[in-house]
Amino acid sequence: MTGSLLQVDDLHVRFPVSGGGLLGTGRRTLYAVNGISFELGKGECLSIVGESGCGKSTTALSILGLQAPTSGTIRYRGQPLTGPGAPGRMQRAKAVQMVFQDPYASLNPRQSIRASLAAPLRLHGIKSASEISDRIEAMLIDVGLKPEQASRYPHEFSGGQRQRIGIARALILEPEIVVLDEPVSALDVSIRAQIINLLLDLQEKLGLSYLMISHDLSVVEHMSDRVLVMFFGQVVEEGGWRQIFETPAHPYTRRLIGAIPDPEIAMSGQPKAKRFHDAQLPAGRGFGSDGSPAPDVFAAPTPSELVEIADSHRVRLSVAA
Amino acid sequence: MTAPLLDIKELKLDVSAGRSLLPILKGVSFQIMPGEAYGLVGESGSGKSVTSLAVMGLLKRPLRVSGGEVVFKGQNLLALPKREMRRLRGNRVAMIFQEPMTALNPLSTVGRQIAEMFVLHQGKDWGEAMKLAVDALASVRVPNPDRRATNYPHQMSGGLRQRVMIAMALACNPDLLIADEPTTALDVTVQAEVLRLIKELCAARGTAVLFISHDLGVIASVCQRVGVMYAGCLVEENDTALLFSDPRHEYTRGLLGALPRLGSRSLHGRQRLVDIDSIIADRSKLTETRFIAPRRDEGGKP
Repeated sequence: MTGSLLQVDDLHVRFPVSGGGLLGTGRRTLYAVNGISFELGKGECLSIVGESGCGKSTTALSILGLQAPTSGTIRYRGQPLTGPGAPGRMQRAKAVQMVFQDPYASLNPRQSIRASLAAPLRLHGIKSASEISDRIEAMLIDVGLKPEQASRYPHEFSGGQRQRIGIARALILEPEIVVLDEPVSALDVSIRAQIINLLLDLQEKLGLSYLMISHDLSVVEHMSDRVLVMFFGQVVEEGGWRQIFETPAHPYTRRLIGAIPDPEIAMSGQPKAKRFHDAQLPAGRGFGSDGSPAPDVFAAPTPSELVEIADSHRVRLSVAA
Repeated sequence: MTAPLLDIKELKLDVSAGRSLLPILKGVSFQIMPGEAYGLVGESGSGKSVTSLAVMGLLKRPLRVSGGEVVFKGQNLLALPKREMRRLRGNRVAMIFQEPMTALNPLSTVGRQIAEMFVLHQGKDWGEAMKLAVDALASVRVPNPDRRATNYPHQMSGGLRQRVMIAMALACNPDLLIADEPTTALDVTVQAEVLRLIKELCAARGTAVLFISHDLGVIASVCQRVGVMYAGCLVEENDTALLFSDPRHEYTRGLLGALPRLGSRSLHGRQRLVDIDSIIADRSKLTETRFIAPRRDEGGKP
C-alpha cells in the first residue's frame, strides 16, 4: 500500500499463566494474539473490533511498546519498532500516542492541565517557556477548550472535557498515529457525539492516522475507513467499512453486527440478516458456524488462512473445520 | 379499562445539601400496565435510576421523597411500613442491576442465593428451595444448572452472572421487574442474549418491566413504551415506534441525532453527529415543554 505508516507483520503475543493448581504447578500458555498482520495508511482510520478477550487491546499495547510481542515485527515508516535496533521510548512517543477509555483515570489529579501538557514537551527538549505555553494554548483551542482553563485541575472538568484533555495530551507531541482505545464508551450519549465529531475534525485537520479499538460497531461504522474483526487472537475478516458492514462474510462478523440493538431495525421488525447482501464466498470451503464451540485460548490455534474474496476484503476460513 | 400495575404520580425527590434542598425529580408521572415493558431513557443524572430506587423503597439519605405517590397494585408504596415493603421487594417487585458482581454475594454460592428467595418469600425449606434454584437457573438457560448452582459468583462470566441475577429476580414470579442498565457492562453478543432472555421470560410470565438505559437501541428492542427523562423531568413519553419515528421534544430529537446509526453511513454518507449543546442553546429551558402522548389502547401487549 502506498503511504503505509505502520506495518504489523505476523504479530504473536503469548502469556505464561499458572495452571491454577494448588501449588500453581503446570504452567500454561495463553495465546492472546496469533499472527496478526495489517497496515495503517497515512490519514486512515483503521478499527479493530471484537469482544473482550479477543486480543485487540494487546495488539494496541504492542504497537505502543507497552507489551513486548512474542514474535513478529512492527514497523513504523519502515523502521522496526520492536526487537534489536528499536527506537527508545522518546522516539516512539513522537510516532504513536494513545487516547484512553476512561478520562477520569488517565489524568493525574495532582497536576494542572498545563503541567500535564507541558511535561512531554519539556522532556522532548523544548526549553523556551513561551513556546511551551504557545503550543499548549493552540492545542487546547484545537480540542475545543479555552486556553485559560490550562491552570485548572482534572476534577474541575466534566467527563467530556476530560476526554478533550486526554486527546490534547495525546496530540501535544504531534504524533502521526493515535491509538484510540474505546475513546467514547465511557461517555454519555450527548458528549459521545461531540467527541466523535472532534476526533474526525482533528483527523482531517492534522492528517492523523487512527487505530481505534472498539466494540461499539455503530461508532466503528461511523468513523472507520477499514475494519479488522478479531476473534480469539486472530483476524477473521478485514476490509473497507462498506465491505464489513454491507457484505460481512464471516459468520462471526455477522453475529457481531446482528447483535447491535438498533432502534430503526427493532422498529421495522425485519430480521437484521436481511440487510446483508450475500458476499461472494469461495465455493467449497467451510466457514465456522454460529454453533461452533469457542476456541480454547490455551491451545495453539489451528493454522488457517485469510482468503481474499473481493478487493482488499479478506476472510479467514473456518477455524473449526 | 385495565388499572395500571404501577402508577407514579407527581413524584418529587430532593437531596438536602447543607441547609438547601436540591430537587432531583420535579414531578414525574407515568404508568406501567400489567405485562408491559416500559423504558426510561436519559443521560446520567437525569433521574432515571433514582425513580426506580424510589419504587423499590431503597432511597437513602440525603435523598428523600418530598411529594407524590408510587401506587403499585392500588397500594401507595411510599406510605407502606418498612416490614411490608420488605415483603413486597424481591417478591412482587424485583430488580436487576448493572453490575452483577457487586449485586451478588461473593461468599455464597449462586444456588444458595437464589434458593434464599424461595425460603424467605415462599416459606420453602432449604432442600426444596435448592431444587427450585436449579430449575430457576435452567429457566434462564444456564448450561449445566445443577453444577453451576454450586459455583460462587467469581467463577462465572459476566453474562452468566447477569443470568443468575435474572433467575433470582424472576424466582418468585414478580409482577414488576426493574432492570437498571442490565447489559451496559456486557459485550454486544452477550448483551443480545441477555436482552432476548429478559424479553422472552417476561412475556411468557406476564411480568411488567421497567427498563432503564441510556442506550436508545436497547430500549427500542425491549420496550413497548418509552419515557425520556431530562433533568428530573419526564419530557416526552410515547409508544416506542412513534417516539423513534416522530420525536416531538427537542431533546429527544437531539438524543436520536447524537447517535451514530448502524447503516446510515451506507445510505446517507457520513453525517455529522448532532451536538445537543449546540442545537439547544439553553438546556435549562428544556423541561418547560413536555410531550406526553396518551396511550392508544389500554393495557400492554407483550
